[in-house]
Amino acid sequence: MTYNSIVLVKQVPDTRNVTGDVMSKKGTMNRSALPAIFNPEDMNALEMALQVRERYGGQITVVTMGPLKAVDILRDALYRGVDQVILLSDRKFAGADTQATAYTLKSAIEKIGDLDLIFCGRQAIDGDTAQVGPQIAEKLGLPQITYTESVVSVDGDEIVAKRAFDLGSEVVKCKLPCLLTVTGSANRLRPASAHKRIEYKLSAIPSEYSDLLEKWPEFETEAALDAYLSERDLKITVWTAADLDVDEENLGLSGSPTQVYKVNYVVLESTESKEIPPTDEGIRALVQELVQEYVVG
Amino acid sequence: MTENFFLDNQDLQFRLEQLDLRGVLEIKEHGYAYAQESPIAPRNYADAMDNFRLLFEVLGDICANIIAPRAAEADEEGAQFHDGQVEYAAATQEAIQALKQADLMGAMLPWKYGGLNLPETIYQMMIDIVSRAEAGVMTVFGLQEIASTINEYADDETKERFLHRFASGEVNGAMVLTEPDAGSDLGAVQTRASFDEEAGIWRLNGVKRFITNGNATVHVILARSEEGSSDARGLSLFLIERDETVRIRRIENKLGIHASPTCEVQYNNTPAVLIGKRRFGLIRYSMAMMNGARLAVSAQAIGIAEAAYREAYQYAHQRVQFNQPIANLPAVSRMLLLMRAEIEASRALVCETGLWVDRLKTYEHLQAQGDKSLPHLRKKLKEAASLADALTPLIKYYATEMGNRVCYIAMQIHGGVGYMCEFNIERLCRDVRVTNIYEGTSQMQIVAMIGKLLGHALDDLIAEWAAVDYGPEFGALKKQLVDITDMFKQATDALKEKERDIIDYYAADLADMAAFVVISWLLLRDALVSQRKADIARVYIDEHLSKISALGTKILNADETALLARETILAEQF
Repeated sequence: MTYNSIVLVKQVPDTRNVTGDVMSKKGTMNRSALPAIFNPEDMNALEMALQVRERYGGQITVVTMGPLKAVDILRDALYRGVDQVILLSDRKFAGADTQATAYTLKSAIEKIGDLDLIFCGRQAIDGDTAQVGPQIAEKLGLPQITYTESVVSVDGDEIVAKRAFDLGSEVVKCKLPCLLTVTGSANRLRPASAHKRIEYKLSAIPSEYSDLLEKWPEFETEAALDAYLSERDLKITVWTAADLDVDEENLGLSGSPTQVYKVNYVVLESTESKEIPPTDEGIRALVQELVQEYVVG
Repeated sequence: MTENFFLDNQDLQFRLEQLDLRGVLEIKEHGYAYAQESPIAPRNYADAMDNFRLLFEVLGDICANIIAPRAAEADEEGAQFHDGQVEYAAATQEAIQALKQADLMGAMLPWKYGGLNLPETIYQMMIDIVSRAEAGVMTVFGLQEIASTINEYADDETKERFLHRFASGEVNGAMVLTEPDAGSDLGAVQTRASFDEEAGIWRLNGVKRFITNGNATVHVILARSEEGSSDARGLSLFLIERDETVRIRRIENKLGIHASPTCEVQYNNTPAVLIGKRRFGLIRYSMAMMNGARLAVSAQAIGIAEAAYREAYQYAHQRVQFNQPIANLPAVSRMLLLMRAEIEASRALVCETGLWVDRLKTYEHLQAQGDKSLPHLRKKLKEAASLADALTPLIKYYATEMGNRVCYIAMQIHGGVGYMCEFNIERLCRDVRVTNIYEGTSQMQIVAMIGKLLGHALDDLIAEWAAVDYGPEFGALKKQLVDITDMFKQATDALKEKERDIIDYYAADLADMAAFVVISWLLLRDALVSQRKADIARVYIDEHLSKISALGTKILNADETALLARETILAEQF
């Protein structure tokens, strides 16, 4: 039996490589100073989907919502051998919080239909909310497995997966279709395939045609290039709000109940200290205090 | 910005830009007609060159981010041998897996088998990148020559049976030539191939030694098929797929390339397929396969040297003594400059050699097809064969000795810490040491090239380069090269007149002269298009010219004196 998957991915600013130019004096972010990258845990989600396809077969569709430039990470997915990619891009999607994002992605998933598994990264390194995956599952009325470390097996209409925690792991069984959020320690995304890298080097969305023509003048006109790409299935699908069955009120900024009130620059520092006597009693008191404060337990 | 071993290497990028593979690709890509059938075959020359760049980027990413970070671990764990089975180190397994996933294991195989139909020159540049990351895994990646040999000489059925599996990485190959008593002298091979009349197949019996990656699934084996023969003409080439009749007896405990298992293999009535024609095993097919492997080892040495240079460069800029980074000290900066120049010199020559090998292969292909579309095919084929035969041992000799020199200097720059196992340079020094030994020692390369050199095989090529207008900026450099080229020709003619023993005794000096002359012209050509290369040419020529000139004088004055000493000094017990 084969299983069709959707992988949800996001292009994010590379917050792991923050340099001096990134933050302005006002505390806003200069996005152009940060390279846009494939959200790390989404790579783990993609790899998990590829491994499931290797074992059981099926089709993988990768979806991202973002500006047109986010097409870059869809190409990265094509280089790894996914079957189809879709870019959700529309000004109406802009300014979305996790709820509006989940709503848009859910609508796209419904349009794609025919699916068994949805894979998402646990969280994105820009917002670090870890909310979008679970919200989509709720909106679709699907069960979800969060913090997935590995897929043990998929059999009939059930999946068995291992979830990772700080202090251990658990193996759970779940009915399909379902949504999984994948942790960073699950795997390592495979390298691009040289064959796919070449095959999809011209894959593009129309806004990229003029750059392509500059590099490959042999195509002469955008229309000729478009015909060439369409014929070879190299034209990347872009869906706008009009392509989805959505209530526009729920999209983007207007569909986002979360409003950023203020951004504080927080420096973590210790302000007081407490001495614990190195005795059994002292340690017992410490543990008790930690349990009471919900730090452990 | 993530690391990438192609994108951070200016010299490799320069070499790719300078390569003129037009003629080669026109033939290899069948006038770019394959683009109609394969979604990845190039539409035209620009498309092909762009594809090469993309391949290098894919490989450069894997090498920088997957292979290199675990190189020390691969070396430390090494390949293991238990109960007759070889197991790669965990890091090596991950490296091989990544290279397979990247579809890079069928680099030179035709499109129809799932390969990338790459020219030899491009493949050698890939080996350079892999070897910089980890020299041991290069022997898995770098043995694709074996699949090429099957493609070139085996029958269609054998090709169908194996080549798809090679391209997907499902199987890999070992080149099985050496025996305990047949090393440099492969004509002495004893492994027996006998035709089993009843079963209608060949069977092999014998023991092979020092087999790099002898745990591979497919072995291409040199064996004696002609009973009663005792020389090279009694040897044929066979292919086997490893089964229970093949026993790996042990793996060697080596100085370096620990990730690469070096096996002793025993064949017990092993069923085998003949490749090509009987009796051509050594004189034609193995020589062709080995020539490819010699280029690969040259590229391996360059890759290791690149890694060593970078270690030394980084260390020299971090290490502060006398209140300054030691890189500021002229004695150290000189070492760094010379390393850089020698590495780039070798790359220039390996690419030039690869180009002639590619031309030779494509012309041979046209001839075999009876294709008469290319004018003067026979003449071109003869020229390419002569140059490929002369340049292949020259680069194998030069690049592998260079790799050793560069690693030696790189350790020197590290001082005491370089001698410690915690630093990468000691591993690189161990790894590079095999390059001027395997696939024919440096001394065997000199034997292979001396006849060509004495026959002035390189003269026409050099004359072509000397005829280029280098303008006033390089006038003085050109004059120096014209003079040393004349001296090289005089030395060649003088040596040719000597007795065989004297020729062989001084052959290494002539080889050094040849390497310098060829490389210097190549660097001068590069200087015309790049200011950086002009500086490299100046540093290289300034460092070596006077020494090479002294070699010329030595050859011109060559006589029996040193040889006669052999009768006295070496005859003595001490």
